[in-house]
Amino acid sequence: MVKQMVYAVETKDLGRIFKRKRRLKRKERKQEPREKKKKIVVALKDVNINVNEGELFGLLGPNGAGKTTLIKILSTLLLPSEGDAWVAGYNVAKDPFEIRTRINMVSGGETSGYGLLTARENVWMFSQFYGVPSKVAKERADTLFKEFGLWEKRNQKLRTLSSGERQKMSMIRAFTTDPQIIFLDEPTLGLDVNASRVIRKFVMDWARENEGKTVLLTTHYMMEADQMCDRVAIIDKGKVLVCDTPENLKRMVKRSSTLKLEVDPLKDYSKFQDIKGIRNFSKKENPETQMAQLVFIVDDEAAVSDVVSEIMKQGKRIHELQKTEPTLEDVFVSLVGRALE
Amino acid sequence: MNLHLKLNVRALLGRAYPRIIGAQREPSWVFFEIFLPVLSIAAYVFIYYALGAPDEFVGFVILGGAMTAFWLNVLWSMAAQLYWEKEIGNLQLYMMAPMSRMSLLGGMAVGGIFMSSTRAVATIVVGVILFKGASPVFPLMLVPVFLVTLVALYGMGMMFASLYLMWGREAWHMASLMEEPIYLLSGFYFPVKALGFWVAIGASVVPITLGLDSMRQLLFPTTVAQGWHLLPVEVELAILVVLAIVFIILAKFALTGMENLARKKGGLTIRWQ
Repeated sequence: MVKQMVYAVETKDLGRIFKRKRRLKRKERKQEPREKKKKIVVALKDVNINVNEGELFGLLGPNGAGKTTLIKILSTLLLPSEGDAWVAGYNVAKDPFEIRTRINMVSGGETSGYGLLTARENVWMFSQFYGVPSKVAKERADTLFKEFGLWEKRNQKLRTLSSGERQKMSMIRAFTTDPQIIFLDEPTLGLDVNASRVIRKFVMDWARENEGKTVLLTTHYMMEADQMCDRVAIIDKGKVLVCDTPENLKRMVKRSSTLKLEVDPLKDYSKFQDIKGIRNFSKKENPETQMAQLVFIVDDEAAVSDVVSEIMKQGKRIHELQKTEPTLEDVFVSLVGRALE
Repeated sequence: MNLHLKLNVRALLGRAYPRIIGAQREPSWVFFEIFLPVLSIAAYVFIYYALGAPDEFVGFVILGGAMTAFWLNVLWSMAAQLYWEKEIGNLQLYMMAPMSRMSLLGGMAVGGIFMSSTRAVATIVVGVILFKGASPVFPLMLVPVFLVTLVALYGMGMMFASLYLMWGREAWHMASLMEEPIYLLSGFYFPVKALGFWVAIGASVVPITLGLDSMRQLLFPTTVAQGWHLLPVEVELAILVVLAIVFIILAKFALTGMENLARKKGGLTIRWQ
């Protein structure tokens, strides 16, 4: 049953759990009741998002936040455990066919296709599963091969392409079907700077030039979300923490200062929690450089001297100290108290 | 043409394409799928020569060797295919597409039949050149018997495709487990009746058993005169038609069941779950 389409994507109290077999010892296996033999993983909990038609919407969160699970539900590969979701006005549980004719998806690190076929043949094959007439599919694919800078390699067997080229081919595969809504699940994951830039530019141009087409992008690169998205939802541990434009999100922490320090690894980081004026902080130790990077979201700049004296008290050196403009990562740190990666 | 029908015809041809084109791009099949079956054929032919068996038996062996291509294709490229598709990441893209899932399996079957037919013809040609046997006849009835055998056989492969996916990694072992016993039980290289009537009837659940028996009767009419056949061709054809319909219906149910389970549990179509 089609719902009057207000949003390209809408979720209401969406939840998803996975039941996994627990590893039990033989004795436990006999004693534990059946339901306790399974471990319950909450992948999504009470997710409410509305993506407008024509919007480039980002889901920003660390690995394991639930981004991919949400994309799988929206692309009809998974059923929600709780709540509802609509794509193009159709319910994901009840009208999968209607949704499938309107969407496509690309995942980062995708290895789809057949190595024996050329890149162009693979793109054509996948377009046939959407009923795109052969001539139209080939014309669209050729245009896209040029746009992605893969024209010279279109007739090479897939197995001879590099991972960056394969990822570009996956993008061509998805856009050849001219979807109304496209789901991009970490599309630049593991790619070099150039390949990532080509993909980002293409997606932004496509969204701008094709009125009414919607992009839902998941990423854990805050720069990508900041640069590309009209609005961003920050997701962590299956919950959407906040959703707004990148500018408004950064404004949330603008009243505060972001202080970044590079120091010798400390013995005890817990003391920082007690310093008045620190809203939140994250630490990241780098075993290669033998240094720790500390990021403080500070409401009262007087806290800076307390931070410095605590480091000195532990007999460690400060190698670098800088005050920066807030980024989406700082928003994430201020919300959850740890860094994105 | 109706939009749904157009979509599914395109999807079927699209999925058949890699197999049709693959037959031309992987010349290594000449060794694995002609030379090796010819070796098996040779072993049986020389046993029959040594025993002084009637000339028809050489023909039976060549026919069985040719049909091996279809059996191996059903087992490894149909039944185990969805499992491999999951492993390489194609399955979730298939499941996300609007095509009917049966056109996906249909495409695999059409492509597989094309690919295996080239191998079967090559095996027959090499077998006939190398070994002398009784000259076969080619009645018209051979065409429906052959086609219905293939539909029933690939219908069984379509059904197993979903079941193997649910069995996961065991798929490989299941395929290995089924390969050799079926050569024996279905009578690839001898009249299946030799196993005893009831064993042969039991083995007829695998469509190639009756298909081979019918083709033996049609190609070598002395099979009936000598009483080597299992059932009359008309009866075997009727059973094959029933098997084809039953397997295709079961394949549809198994595939729908697999998809529903996958969407519910998230553990089948998505590679990392």
